[in-house]
Amino acid sequence: METMKIHDVTPNDLPWKIRYDASRCTLCGSCTAACSFRAIAPKVERRRMVFSEGDFPEPKQRFSAVPVIRQVNSVTNYCRGCGICEKVCPNDAIAPVRNVDTRHPLVVRCLAGDSIKRGGRKNLEATVRTLDKLRVGRISQMTDPSLDAQRHTFDLLSPFGRILPAGKLPLKVNAEGKLVPDGQAPPVRWIYPVIIGDMSIGALSWRMWEGVAMATAYLNEECGLPVRMCSGEGGVPVRLLKSRFLKYMILQIASGHFGWNRIVKAMPHMVEDPAGVLIKIGQGAKPGDGGLLMAQKVAEHIQAIRGVPKADLLSPPNHQGLYSIEESVQKMFLSFNAAFKFRVPVAIKVAASSTSVSVFNNLVRDPYNIVGGFFVDGIDGGTGAAHEVSLDHTGHPIVSKLRDCYLAAVAQGRQGQIPLWAGGGLGRTGDLAADAFKMICLGASGVFTGRLILQMAGCVGNDMGRCNACNTGLCPAGITTQEPALAHRLDPEKVAQNIVNYFLAMDQEFKKLMAPIGNSALPVGRSDALVSTDRGVAERLQIQYVC
Amino acid sequence: MCRIGAIKSLNYIHPSQALLLMQSQQKGHDNSGFAMVMQDLGGIFEGYKHLPTLSLACTDEGLKLAEDMLHAAGFQRVLQWVPETNPQPGLDIIAMPNYVFETFDYPKHYKKATDQEKEDLLLDMRLKLRTALEEDEMGFVYSFWPDVVTLKEIGDPRDIGTYFNLWEPDTKFTARVITAQCRQNTNYDIVRYAAHPFFLQGYTALANGENTFYQKNKEMQRKLHRGYIGFESDSQCFLYTLHYVHRQLKWPLSYYKHVVTPLPFETIEKRDDAQQLLAIRQSLSHLEINGPNTIIGVLPDGTLFTCCDAKKLRPIVVGRSADTVAFSSEVCGINEILPDRDWETDIYPHEREIVVIGNDLEVQRWKQ
Ligand code: SF4
Ligand code: SF4
Repeated sequence: METMKIHDVTPNDLPWKIRYDASRCTLCGSCTAACSFRAIAPKVERRRMVFSEGDFPEPKQRFSAVPVIRQVNSVTNYCRGCGICEKVCPNDAIAPVRNVDTRHPLVVRCLAGDSIKRGGRKNLEATVRTLDKLRVGRISQMTDPSLDAQRHTFDLLSPFGRILPAGKLPLKVNAEGKLVPDGQAPPVRWIYPVIIGDMSIGALSWRMWEGVAMATAYLNEECGLPVRMCSGEGGVPVRLLKSRFLKYMILQIASGHFGWNRIVKAMPHMVEDPAGVLIKIGQGAKPGDGGLLMAQKVAEHIQAIRGVPKADLLSPPNHQGLYSIEESVQKMFLSFNAAFKFRVPVAIKVAASSTSVSVFNNLVRDPYNIVGGFFVDGIDGGTGAAHEVSLDHTGHPIVSKLRDCYLAAVAQGRQGQIPLWAGGGLGRTGDLAADAFKMICLGASGVFTGRLILQMAGCVGNDMGRCNACNTGLCPAGITTQEPALAHRLDPEKVAQNIVNYFLAMDQEFKKLMAPIGNSALPVGRSDALVSTDRGVAERLQIQYVC
Repeated sequence: MCRIGAIKSLNYIHPSQALLLMQSQQKGHDNSGFAMVMQDLGGIFEGYKHLPTLSLACTDEGLKLAEDMLHAAGFQRVLQWVPETNPQPGLDIIAMPNYVFETFDYPKHYKKATDQEKEDLLLDMRLKLRTALEEDEMGFVYSFWPDVVTLKEIGDPRDIGTYFNLWEPDTKFTARVITAQCRQNTNYDIVRYAAHPFFLQGYTALANGENTFYQKNKEMQRKLHRGYIGFESDSQCFLYTLHYVHRQLKWPLSYYKHVVTPLPFETIEKRDDAQQLLAIRQSLSHLEINGPNTIIGVLPDGTLFTCCDAKKLRPIVVGRSADTVAFSSEVCGINEILPDRDWETDIYPHEREIVVIGNDLEVQRWKQ
């Protein structure tokens, strides 16, 4: 008997096992062709068959070579559970099955001597989310009537930009008793309270990016919803920079400064100002880590936009030369404010952390009034690529952090001066309106969402380890890949349509949440509208506990 | 539900008119209290218009403490009026032992002080008195301001009227502007301070409705001015915003409406003053109100106005005769005190206007 090789990788070491039914399989080859990870392959198996041909049983046996589909035993080409094979199989002959006994986290580290990288989201917690322990519990009854979501008008807009206290507004009373402008105030844009989060054109396939951009333009121009999209780090196609659609884009700059060369060069040709600039300091899904775009995704057009060769693109975890908050205020904000001649609001995005409130306090007290938004990103956010250990074990939940920042502003009488925008796993259950609304009641001016947009587009990943292979460049949905064949799986028009429809549905749902509490303007900071069924949560967020 | 009313006249009028105005609307309120603010005083106070009058409901200890504190601060009493009460058995009133209206001269070292300094002194003094008398509920300091008296009591308005002899018109206790309301704040704890009208430094406000942005307003206002305290009622927020916009920011009254019920963004964008209106909406979004409301307000110069929420979810009627204008939640109140007026000139203000009555009683309707 051959010695057993314990170190060989077999499907029971891997996170997913393939369930294959040879009796149903017609060997059409659809699954192997569709599996972008090459995790399944055709194989020939020797089969013994017992048969009888005569009038009486006369068993004989025959050996034959049978073609079958088998899982690849490899830690590089392993099954991600994406389910594409199952989707394409006409006979229901193949499907991935979660392997609860997986040894994958061990085996990979032992074999590769390198940290595990992946994309997607944190996969550790499956507990009830804080947001699901909150309810909109202050319903208008009797004394104050509920509004009618269909009939009444609602003002569903949020500020992006630095807001001055009323006493500092550059206004004066003229001879006719009217207030007239008397000086310049920082730019503020009123936009839809949900920003399409910062996903870079490198992380997304060009077809996905196009679909999202198309949806943004459509929502603005056809649906009257002033939704803004953030470019993510890594620049924007020059054609877009020079187009009138730039006004719907928030340009992001991160520590790698990728793409900014082109943006600066395009400035003289811009016909519109961008909606804003977002300086990314950190990201909730992998705080303390810089951006990471694996070489396999650095396609030609990415090289052109970013001005880089085909190589792993790493943004440093820190902005170079930025050692203190004061410095960030002085250098970055001033330079970016000045770049667009103080016409474009500049905001900052940080990963939620135990220290977020001190950073926020410093910004809110900044006497130059140039920080136009504080974007706080929680641990449950998504990412294109990260080290698994960062993804699963670092970060801070968003809900209490956002609340802390808001209450810090309230304690100083400065609420609203720097609009708070919250993100990181919002809409995880598919219901972004509810999550966003609750965050708004807790003090957010609005929210930003990235991963949910991918899911609208057709991402098959989830929080329980399904797919999450965005870093590989082999996205089976054509969303986070630069492989033409894969990208073509995605129909940009359909992506746009899904996003538009989702926003329209969400808009309705916002109204259905505002109407019963009798509010026609966004209830920013109206935490009295919320109740919690969890005493700890209620206490921490300073809202009413109910049972 | 609240019912609110206001009378402004060229002549001095007696509070019995305010009682009449409110009495006929009693089905709409719950007869749980009566409160009124009288401004531009006649009768015994007429000669003391420039001197502050303290309106106080208190125990004996409270009265002594208040008088000692005022004395220590240098105030000298020039007039005291203790209304004669009529404590018949069976009256529905939870009366305090003493009701005093005392007028004081300013401390000597304030003789040359500016108006602003005097106004700050009066506010600080009232706040100090209020805090001192809070202990054991020794007393309630409703106002301490020139040419203003305030009365707030818990009970049936009719009985409160009887108790204070307010049903009998006389010429001693009169004013040109009276605002009144007949309900305790039943939404929250029953405290005397919680009854509108609310008064601060010459500004009065009362409201019929519910301010669902109470918490937002309150959190913001607490940090805006030391006089913004109490918050026993969600309607106090209307007063503080009025005070803030008109007195602190020094913006014309028309902008009050833009702060509490800003125009929709779509409408703002089309206006010539879009930049200013947007700036106001941005900076004061936490003072915006929501929910059903009608507000009546009085400015220090005696201007009376009313406006309501952006969806007009609460009623108000303005009726007038040659020498008197009355605001009332229900028209029956006006019918009671101005039966001979031309009711065709009654105004039912809409959601985007402020109706303003100047001292010449000219009625102006300002479109927002
Ligand atoms: S589930 Fe996805 S990764 Fe696994 S074999 Fe099927 S197509 Fe390939
Ligand atoms: S489907 Fe694409 S975007 Fe979604 S998790 Fe998989 S690789 Fe990432």
